[in-house]
Amino acid sequence: MATRAIAIEDVKTGEVTEAVYEHPFIVRLCHWVNAVSLLVMVGSGLQIFRAFPSFGAKIPEQVLINWPKSLALGGWLGGALQWHLTFMWIYIATGLVYLGYQIFSGNYKQVLFVRRDVPGVWPMVRHYFFFGHQPQTKEAYNPLQKHAYTSAIGLGVLSVLTGVAIWKPVQFSWLAWLMGGFHRARLWHFLVMWAMLAFVFGHLVMVVLHGWNNFVSMLTGWKEDPEYDSR
Amino acid sequence: MKPRTDSRKFKTVSRRELLKLTPVLALGAFAIPQIQKPLLKGGLAFSDWISARLFRSGHLAPTFAAADLTPFEKFPINDYDVDDPDVDFDKWTLTVTGSVQKPGDYTLAQIQALPKVTQNTRHVCVEGWDVIGNFGGVLLSDFLKMIGADPSARFVSVECADDYYESLDMATALHPQSLLCYEMYGQPLTRGHGAPLRLSIPTKVGYKQAKYLTDLKVSHVLERVGYWEDQGYSEFYGL
Repeated sequence: MATRAIAIEDVKTGEVTEAVYEHPFIVRLCHWVNAVSLLVMVGSGLQIFRAFPSFGAKIPEQVLINWPKSLALGGWLGGALQWHLTFMWIYIATGLVYLGYQIFSGNYKQVLFVRRDVPGVWPMVRHYFFFGHQPQTKEAYNPLQKHAYTSAIGLGVLSVLTGVAIWKPVQFSWLAWLMGGFHRARLWHFLVMWAMLAFVFGHLVMVVLHGWNNFVSMLTGWKEDPEYDSR
Repeated sequence: MKPRTDSRKFKTVSRRELLKLTPVLALGAFAIPQIQKPLLKGGLAFSDWISARLFRSGHLAPTFAAADLTPFEKFPINDYDVDDPDVDFDKWTLTVTGSVQKPGDYTLAQIQALPKVTQNTRHVCVEGWDVIGNFGGVLLSDFLKMIGADPSARFVSVECADDYYESLDMATALHPQSLLCYEMYGQPLTRGHGAPLRLSIPTKVGYKQAKYLTDLKVSHVLERVGYWEDQGYSEFYGL
């Protein structure tokens, strides 16, 4: 993995530390724009859900989840739809720019979970959840992280496809058909959101656990004192 | 060998990289009430513009077998104020105005003289629920031909006995499944479902399926779009 690493000499003490350029500008830009749009999409989506908090046909209507209005965005169905139908374009555009950049720059290798990452998953799970020793790694992302990020990107694609299926069930009737019909497409859209929220929760926990340098790397691109061997 | 730098230079580089992200702050405009409203209006308009591009005149909405129909008793009666605006059927006519060669009052018998079409299509509510119903009526395009509508006109708008109003873009009005509907499930429309005449447009969301029609106008410009649209819902909302 061709990560750019530099040695930094402290001007006062002469002490030498290391930093690695982990996140190219486009990745950081997409990350933060997407963080905002995901928040808006979830908030407005839940307000839309409040208009018919169930799945299937109208009658008999069963309230599946009584989602509190205070945790929703838009105030009413029409307002929430305005947010949702505005930010979906930002969300889609961000996704396309990100995917395009990752593919054409080759940077996708940083996050794409591939077969040779499989053996590394279990040791990492043992480390995170069962206090096992920390496996050595030479990359910015360990196999479990790659698995999480690859899944999140997949969920992003699915969130758009399931969304289009319920937004345009006539023009894209084949999409709704692929998802097992219009009712199921709406359910999938909802479940994909929860899966995405589960990822975000895990992601935030890891950000807190990994401390300041790691957080700053998503702002400046540079990670000081990386926990892995960058040579 | 790694390239070397000193901590001062590294700070400058880091700061420059951080500042490159300032465009993200532009999203903060959505938090400013005065700007938020036009931004969201623009977003919705963009969405509608894309929707109109995605609409294909020849593409049919899915149709369903009789076994898939939602039972008539379970077909919801949705309206914004009254279930029954007390239409006097004996005196009822559809008043046609605008860019047409034959404006005037059309009786139900005149409309029903056009070829009858029956179809099982999905009615999708903006709220997220849907039902599959059986709708009978005449093609809106046949009626527009009968009244000599200007083919270059852009909109067909309707008014209803309960003060509800709606409009359709011409491409949707001419779609081969767009109906002036006078029957549901083989029976004349009930009052709750919009007797004597309603719209059934399988390529549009539920709030476009106006009931208790009294007026129909063909025009090049719209004075108002629709009851819900004028409160902030999507103007096009094609499915």
